[in-house]
Amino acid sequence: MTILKAVIRSVLAGVVAGALGASAAQANSGDTLAAVKARGEVLCGVHPARHGFAAPDSQGKWSGFEVDFCHAVAAAIFGDASKVRFVALSSQQRFPAIQSGEVDVLARNVTATLSRDTALGLNFSPPIFYTGTGFLVRKDDGITKVEDLDGAAICMAPGSTTERNVAQIFAARGMKYTPVVIENNKQLVDAYVTGRCDALTKDKAALPGVRAVDTENPADHVLLPGIYSKEPLAMAVRQGDDQWYDLIKWVVYATFNAEEMGVGQANVDEMKASTDPDVQTLLGVIGDNGTKLGVGNTWAYDIVKQVGNYKDIYMRHFGPDSPVALDRDQNVLWTEGGLLYGLPMQ
Amino acid sequence: MIDATPARDGQPSARRSKDLLYSEGFRAAAYQIALAAAVVFVGLFLYQNVVENLQRQNIATGFGFLREVSQFEIGETLINYSARDTYARALLVGLLNTLSVSAAGIVLATIIGFSVGIARVSNNWLLQRIATGYVEIVRNVPVILQVIFWAAVTRNLPAPRQALELWGLGFLSNRGLTFATPVADPAHGWMFLALVAGIALAGIGDRWARRHREATGKHVDMLWPSLAVVIGLPLVVWLAFGAPHLISFPERKGFSFVGGYTISPEFVALMTGISLYASGFIAEIVRAGIEATPKGQVEAARSIALRPRFIMRYVVLPQALRVIVPPLTSQYVSLIKNSSIAVVVGYPDLVNIGNTVMNQTGQAVEAIAVMMTVYLIISVVTSLLMNTYNRLVAIKER
Repeated sequence: MTILKAVIRSVLAGVVAGALGASAAQANSGDTLAAVKARGEVLCGVHPARHGFAAPDSQGKWSGFEVDFCHAVAAAIFGDASKVRFVALSSQQRFPAIQSGEVDVLARNVTATLSRDTALGLNFSPPIFYTGTGFLVRKDDGITKVEDLDGAAICMAPGSTTERNVAQIFAARGMKYTPVVIENNKQLVDAYVTGRCDALTKDKAALPGVRAVDTENPADHVLLPGIYSKEPLAMAVRQGDDQWYDLIKWVVYATFNAEEMGVGQANVDEMKASTDPDVQTLLGVIGDNGTKLGVGNTWAYDIVKQVGNYKDIYMRHFGPDSPVALDRDQNVLWTEGGLLYGLPMQ
Repeated sequence: MIDATPARDGQPSARRSKDLLYSEGFRAAAYQIALAAAVVFVGLFLYQNVVENLQRQNIATGFGFLREVSQFEIGETLINYSARDTYARALLVGLLNTLSVSAAGIVLATIIGFSVGIARVSNNWLLQRIATGYVEIVRNVPVILQVIFWAAVTRNLPAPRQALELWGLGFLSNRGLTFATPVADPAHGWMFLALVAGIALAGIGDRWARRHREATGKHVDMLWPSLAVVIGLPLVVWLAFGAPHLISFPERKGFSFVGGYTISPEFVALMTGISLYASGFIAEIVRAGIEATPKGQVEAARSIALRPRFIMRYVVLPQALRVIVPPLTSQYVSLIKNSSIAVVVGYPDLVNIGNTVMNQTGQAVEAIAVMMTVYLIISVVTSLLMNTYNRLVAIKER
């Protein structure tokens, strides 16, 4: 009888906890930041293995472009970029994870779209990376443009925006293809590498990583030139907590603005002495931007000092010395003809 | 006895309610009702909670998304489908793919399982050892690893340009097995009907032979007449239609082949993986069934000089089947559910397409509910069919 009672009690406890957990997932303004501060770390949803964006390095430490944006959020809140817990999420898991409150912020190659903004109940930060659908093909197949892919078998991940974009790209050209849709990234890449597919399609920014790391001889594979769709990658948060959304948004703008003002990881301490009021505001020498956002006033200084400005972060992972070197293309400041435009931090 | 009647007791109603409280029937019913109420209550509570929270987070709910345009292509479809069709149709394509890979898997698993199971009890030492080894390997390696193994095997077949030619009839490559097929012709439908009629006739013949044997004790071998009628009838129909013999031969073109029919590597890998895994269990079930048949039965059959083939068919198997069929049902049901491993190798089954639908619409709860309901229906129908079959093969008590 006592065993039965214990079972019943634990089942009931589970039901109640489930109910509470579900209601905790609902975000009211201020809830998320308070919860993060109480927990002492930011829960950040990242890609399990996308070289350049997020992947554990040889020591098992997470490293990558999106990983650094998670660090930037932690630096802004705690003044300590290391206070992040990374949660690796598959493309299926990512949206339920942010919706249910399993993670505080999603920095996981998410393309910002209207339906995700609305039907999924998300809010998107300013895009942190502009890319588009790309195709990786074998050099000796003689494919030079997407029009050469008529009738090809194409490997892709399920449910990604890529899956739709490919359908549109081929329909627009009146061409056919056989999609081979595999969720597990290792199996997906393996299917391309072994020749099951004629092309592998992903966000263009992700393909150099595949070519450099997963293929036996990277020189045998080429990326088709051109970008065939818009894939603005952004961080995502739940709807309903405006304060948290504001913080994430301004963390991104801070990295843009720091680059624009010439404030980088290398010179941020010297720049503190700058007489430029914009720089002083950014670094918290004057003004109370941090207080307004609910964090310490040196939040942006901490980001630049510990993680870097946008250029520092980009070059660390996609610079010419990195194995997944990528041109910045549209990912340069608006002053240089790019799309990065930080709103004024007044 | 008379004293116990409530009328003379003085407190009739109290006594009666006490009786009621201690009555076994009432208690049983009360527990049932309480349990059912609790289940319904918890279910409603969870449903309410999910809907409320989704709405509070501004996440879309409901099944309206099924009518929206899917905007994605599917690699293998048994019905016409394009990116302009609805999510509902995409899920239907997935369901049909699940059913076709499961049906093929069940047939293969049954054939291999019965053969290996019979070999397990064979007197041939080598055959018996091989069968034992086979069972130990396929049932002790997790099914997902077996599927991944077969996926690796099929992917590493030669590329289409170096494809293995199969006697001019087809190609084997990493794009799958492509083989020549007859060009569609009205005769094919009639030939199929003739085949069904042939099988029915063979069944009638078999029944007649059995009655004849039971009445006279004389065995009439129906194997050749049965084969003749099953193959002969469609052949006659084919000839009657002027023997249409146009055949679509596959040819290398572009990235793969045109013409003929192609079975994809993913289908082959998935079907092989899940059916070999199930065949190990089926073999053991068959062995158990055969060994459950009393030895005396076989000895009695031998003593009247029945041929070994007949002993198996007329004495052992009919008795073994009633032990075999119930656990066999579980194997079929679990094979169907194992087909969802398709996700790992990229075969577009219900779960694979459901995943895409879920990710594009964001309606995870609804998409999962659809998938769960469909699997439940498939499994229940399979069980019902097998239970009916079980009733047919059960020993009739007279």
